[in-house]
Amino acid sequence: MSERATPQPEQTAVTAADAIRVESISKSFGVVQALEDVSLHVRPGEVLGLIGDNGAGKSTLVKILTGFHKPDVGKIFVFGEEVQLKSVTHARSLGIDTVFQDLALVPGMTVYHNMFLNREVTRGIGPFRFLSNRVMKKRSLEYLDDIGVRVPSIDAEVARMSGGQRQAIAIARSTHSDAKILLLDEPLAAMGAREGALIIELIEELGKNSDVSMIVIAHNYVHVLEMCDRVNLLRNGRIMLDKRTDETSVEELTEIVAAEYRLPKTA
Amino acid sequence: MARAATDVPQTPQRAGFGRRVATALIRRREASILLVLVGLVVYFSLRTDAFFGTDNARVIAEFSAPIAIIAAGQVMLLICGEIDLSVGMVYAFSSWIFYFGVTDWGLPIWLAVIVGLLSGSAVGLVNGIITVGVGVPSFITTLGMAYVLNGLTLNISGAFPVETPGGETFFRIFGGSPYTTVYWALGVIVVMTILLTRTRWGLHTVATGGNLLGASESGVNIRKVKIGNFVLCSTLGALAGILESVRIDTIQALQGGFPVMFYAVAAAVIGGTSLFGGSGTIIGAALGVGVLAVLNLGFTLQGISAYTFDLVLGIAIIASMALNVTLERIRQSGRLGSSA
Repeated sequence: MSERATPQPEQTAVTAADAIRVESISKSFGVVQALEDVSLHVRPGEVLGLIGDNGAGKSTLVKILTGFHKPDVGKIFVFGEEVQLKSVTHARSLGIDTVFQDLALVPGMTVYHNMFLNREVTRGIGPFRFLSNRVMKKRSLEYLDDIGVRVPSIDAEVARMSGGQRQAIAIARSTHSDAKILLLDEPLAAMGAREGALIIELIEELGKNSDVSMIVIAHNYVHVLEMCDRVNLLRNGRIMLDKRTDETSVEELTEIVAAEYRLPKTA
Repeated sequence: MARAATDVPQTPQRAGFGRRVATALIRRREASILLVLVGLVVYFSLRTDAFFGTDNARVIAEFSAPIAIIAAGQVMLLICGEIDLSVGMVYAFSSWIFYFGVTDWGLPIWLAVIVGLLSGSAVGLVNGIITVGVGVPSFITTLGMAYVLNGLTLNISGAFPVETPGGETFFRIFGGSPYTTVYWALGVIVVMTILLTRTRWGLHTVATGGNLLGASESGVNIRKVKIGNFVLCSTLGALAGILESVRIDTIQALQGGFPVMFYAVAAAVIGGTSLFGGSGTIIGAALGVGVLAVLNLGFTLQGISAYTFDLVLGIAIIASMALNVTLERIRQSGRLGSSA
């Protein structure tokens, strides 16, 4: 699995260096303009924070990058190559993987079956293929170990896991599935402070020690500045700000977002 | 015993025997239903003289066989969050297609069987496409389909029973000799158990019923899974119908029907399959069928009427479901070990 070749940025122009590059994407649902002329890029190994209010278009953007929705106009480049994302499976085959807000875990299934959902290891001939549970258990443990996550039991149902454990399982699943570009949709939502801190640490670690590029959607600016290399602010379907996290501050981000609510009154 | 309530979901090694049994019963629903089945057999063998006669064993087994075959398919559908109310009508309809295959279309007997089975598959495909493609709830789709098929079967059969066609060899293999339908049922149970627990198809069926959105986000083709299981369930309904037609040497328009379908659903529920989707086992359903069959025969031997059987069956269904929901709550609360 992991031997799959990284898409080579051959004979490409300026975009070649970016893991993912979005150019002038627009998307509307009926009369609602969810995204308007949005462009962004993530360099290999970079962690990009995507912030914005509810309804700013973050989830729509993620769903487009995952192949769930198709943009009305605009282009998407993955490692310099223009792609038309057809489905989640297609996006995944290009190395784009998503940890959705609901984590896409099945509560009634074991940890290791969840880790290998739709990428099951099987053995057998032709149509007679059977699950290699032993292999999947062993690898699941290794994967969790790799990112320093401990779960009570690999055989236990996910229903028994805490929010943080579930998030970690979902992340481990993505990082070990050839994901070159990882989209994390509000990884800190619905999580206690202590567990949240662990997940932040996990994302920081991944950002530093792996060549996975990440787009992290979050609400909390403090967390974003902690986890990410760069931050993009989305408002009303447009990118309003693009800065390195060490060149901005919580105050600046807060000010920009707050300005939106002040403007109509003062104007 | 307080230590069992820790956050580590593994059974404490030194837990008492009683607790371990309780844990096993809660972990593995099949264990508790097996206990009920054994209890019923013991009860009826003490209360009636004739219960352990060989004929009775055969009656129980042959009563159970077609229901177990249908229940196996129904379990797959229930796990992925759907239900098929029309499978009992497929039972009759496909038997008639098989009959016409031999008598009217002059097909060789085995080819007629295959055509009969395929007619069941076709019904399942239509059920699946209407449910998944159009978005009609399967309860409605298959309820409608049940009436459509019943009307169709009554029409094409002229409502008169006929003798099942076929030579001696065919009869011996396909349900005519003692216990053959039971062997077929056991084969179906084994194959379906492997399909559910050891293949990607089974895992995706569980995932589809357990978290529909999550499964599709993971790239599981939930439409394919659902439609496939509709086809599977209907095909097994056709198999059960044709086998039973051979066993009783008669094909009639009103065979099977809602009773067979409801027995299968009841057996699945008694055996621990959740009607909310996401969990269930073929073995549990088969044991559920056993419970129904033993109750049925035991009451008959005791001279208790069919009305009482229905009464008990009704209570058993509701009690099973209540138990199921309660056990699920206990498991979720983490007070006992997870299923391994």
